[in-house]
Amino acid sequence: MDKKITTKIEARKIKVRQYASKKIVVVGNPNSGKSTLFNRLTGLRQKTGNYPGVTVEKHTGTAEIGSIFFEFTDLPGIYSLFPDSTDERIAVDVILGRLKNNDHPDGIVAVLDSTHLYQGLYLIRQLIDLGLPMIIVLTMTDISESDGLGIDTSLFEKHLGGVKIIPVVATTGKGINHLRKLLVDIDSFHTKKIPHYWPELSETAKQLQNQLPEKMSLFEVERALIEDSNIFTNTESFKLINKPSQNIKEIRKKLFSNQSPIAQEARKIYCWIRAVLNDIQKSIPIIPVRFSQLIRWLNKPIPGTISLFLVMAIVFQAVFAWATPMMNVIDDATSNLGLFVVKNMPEGAFTSLIADGIIAGVGSVIIFIPQIAILFLFIILLEDSGYLARAAYLLDRLMRSVGLSGQSIIPMISSFACAVPGIMATRVIPNRRDRLATIFASPFMTCSARLPIYALLIAAFIPSRQLGFINLQGLVLFGLYMLGICMGLMTALLLRKTALQGSKTSFVIMLPEFRRPNLNSVLIQLLTRIRVFLERAGTVIFSVAVIIWALAYYPQSDVIASHLAEQKASISTGLSIEEYEVISRQLDNQAAADQLSQSWLGRTGKFIAPVFQPLGWDWKISSAVIAGFPAREVVIPVLATVYAVGNTDDGVNLSDRLKSAKFPDGSLIFTLPMVLGLLIFYAFCLQCVATLAVIRRETNSVALPLLAWIYMTSLGYLGAFIVYQIGINYV
Amino acid sequence: MRMVIIFIKIKYIIKKVMLLVNIKPGTRYQIDSIDCSDETTIRLMILGLVEGTEIELISSAIGGDPMEFSVFGNTISVRREQARRFSVSPV
Repeated sequence: MDKKITTKIEARKIKVRQYASKKIVVVGNPNSGKSTLFNRLTGLRQKTGNYPGVTVEKHTGTAEIGSIFFEFTDLPGIYSLFPDSTDERIAVDVILGRLKNNDHPDGIVAVLDSTHLYQGLYLIRQLIDLGLPMIIVLTMTDISESDGLGIDTSLFEKHLGGVKIIPVVATTGKGINHLRKLLVDIDSFHTKKIPHYWPELSETAKQLQNQLPEKMSLFEVERALIEDSNIFTNTESFKLINKPSQNIKEIRKKLFSNQSPIAQEARKIYCWIRAVLNDIQKSIPIIPVRFSQLIRWLNKPIPGTISLFLVMAIVFQAVFAWATPMMNVIDDATSNLGLFVVKNMPEGAFTSLIADGIIAGVGSVIIFIPQIAILFLFIILLEDSGYLARAAYLLDRLMRSVGLSGQSIIPMISSFACAVPGIMATRVIPNRRDRLATIFASPFMTCSARLPIYALLIAAFIPSRQLGFINLQGLVLFGLYMLGICMGLMTALLLRKTALQGSKTSFVIMLPEFRRPNLNSVLIQLLTRIRVFLERAGTVIFSVAVIIWALAYYPQSDVIASHLAEQKASISTGLSIEEYEVISRQLDNQAAADQLSQSWLGRTGKFIAPVFQPLGWDWKISSAVIAGFPAREVVIPVLATVYAVGNTDDGVNLSDRLKSAKFPDGSLIFTLPMVLGLLIFYAFCLQCVATLAVIRRETNSVALPLLAWIYMTSLGYLGAFIVYQIGINYV
Repeated sequence: MRMVIIFIKIKYIIKKVMLLVNIKPGTRYQIDSIDCSDETTIRLMILGLVEGTEIELISSAIGGDPMEFSVFGNTISVRREQARRFSVSPV
């Protein structure tokens, strides 16, 4: 018996051993077709995670080629081994094996855009000197062929020391199979030495290498000599060669004579690149004539800016107009499901949990999926077509006036969908102060969770009047969007003038040509983002819904219940069935109202109500706002619950209920000043646990998300207070 | 000595050192020298804006800042502040 098991285990071990695993990194410039190639190689066998200790997303995928198991990593795009932003830093650290517990990758697939060889070869040259096994994938060869940039691949390979170069058209898959075949023998593709672009550096490094107490590769010594910058002082190699015993300062001074080593390296490498390109290319592209008339026009300053605003207007219009029919379908489905549950299950706590807690709570959130999908679709399309980079370029001047750079535009536009991906997108901003200011400004952008609150309150309380060709309701909504933008920019300005002073912003951005986004890649991205949103609805919002339901349901007062039973029993028997139904429902609702008012939620709401009294809120709104702290969109189902009671007609919708809600003294609660105040409160406040969590993760600090929450909540309170007080006292 | 300095200055003015920030669209220029004393300019050098590179102005954003240049088929955005650090001459 035991023997059998051991042999089985042995057999398994052998099988595992057969599948040698290889870690391959996919490296290349941004927009070089790197991710498309990665998708081609791994298909849907992908997962995203985090690099250990840092927050940069790690995209890995697996593939089995021959009998070898490959793990591919899609690294953030870089132009050189001299990183600028957090994203780039990670890519460089992975390639050089500088991450903790991470060895060098087993091989590199270097992606080189054949239409942009000039910039692309810079990174390739540095990778060749690194000496790892490498295959170069030449992408966009269909475009370069048609542009007449004939590239002699075999001559090219000779210049690069015999590295294999495989022309590929990633969009159609041409050349991928050839690449797969070569990957099996990746170990035999170690790059070979080619004449050094900077002989003096190489000589000095060799001398230094012999003096070092520990073994270090020549490449690492060279990098450590060049990387004379404060961002590298914590790397092992830097520490090693900067031991006081090696008069390293002297050596550097002799070699670089007070000039920036990086700048000198750039000159030398481009010298080499020019020589190579002159030899291998029939024609060197100076100016691409790929611009169509339309794009030429879009490049002009004023039409470009106007069309940028037009594009944004179309996006927001689409989000509202296209999503409505789909949202109605989801709304009907969830409310019918709730009714079905109530009718077919025995009355009691469990049924209430399912219908009022889970279905109503989660349903009120998944209703945004159409809006979010449309917004994300547009943002992905804008990004993949290269338009977002142009938006950053066009708005750089504007952003500079609030102490930011055009690079902050991309996170801010993403934040209109959701601040969480927006804040994650700040990783491309090189300067830390810029990045922090952008992180604080992004949650002010009107995210898709604010939208339903605005929509509900505006539809109920702002008259639908035409002002010229604009509708008043639309104008108010637009105003709220603008308010969010202005407040975000002012916050950034405030921060840059006080806490985050100093260090001028920089703005260096490559403007990719407009290109048609790849349908496949757009869909994969869209589905991933919707999945993330649904996971949130399934976890955070689900648990919030259950907690809020429990707070509103417990404790159940026996006094009220027995009082209800007594009253029902005492209804005179002379009534028709319909009359009995009406009276009995009134009694039910009254009892539900009494139960709610003495529930934990009701008690909390009443306890906190004096704080919000200067804003004109009653205890019901106060408790709804408190309940919405973890996710602001939760406020709607809570309002629906707390104002549902005391109504006799099932057909009355939430906005009518809000309209007729009264204080105990009989005056209306939802007056115009109060509603405007509530809108402003929601425009400013940071009621979103997911955003707080992502700020914590990205800034690696507990104090900063707390500060952001206090700041934004006080702003919201203050705004609502001012509007309400002016409204009731002076209008 | 003073004469020599004045002479050099005059020569400098006559030669009209042209800066990248002042070039007109539609003509190709070549980068002659770079003041690479700030980090952002070095960043631009890594992207290919080194001595000898041919460069052309494509367009600029409202107010002429930032500017958009074409370098070997790539378009790159540069702020005026950095464009001042590159001196160029027509090809």
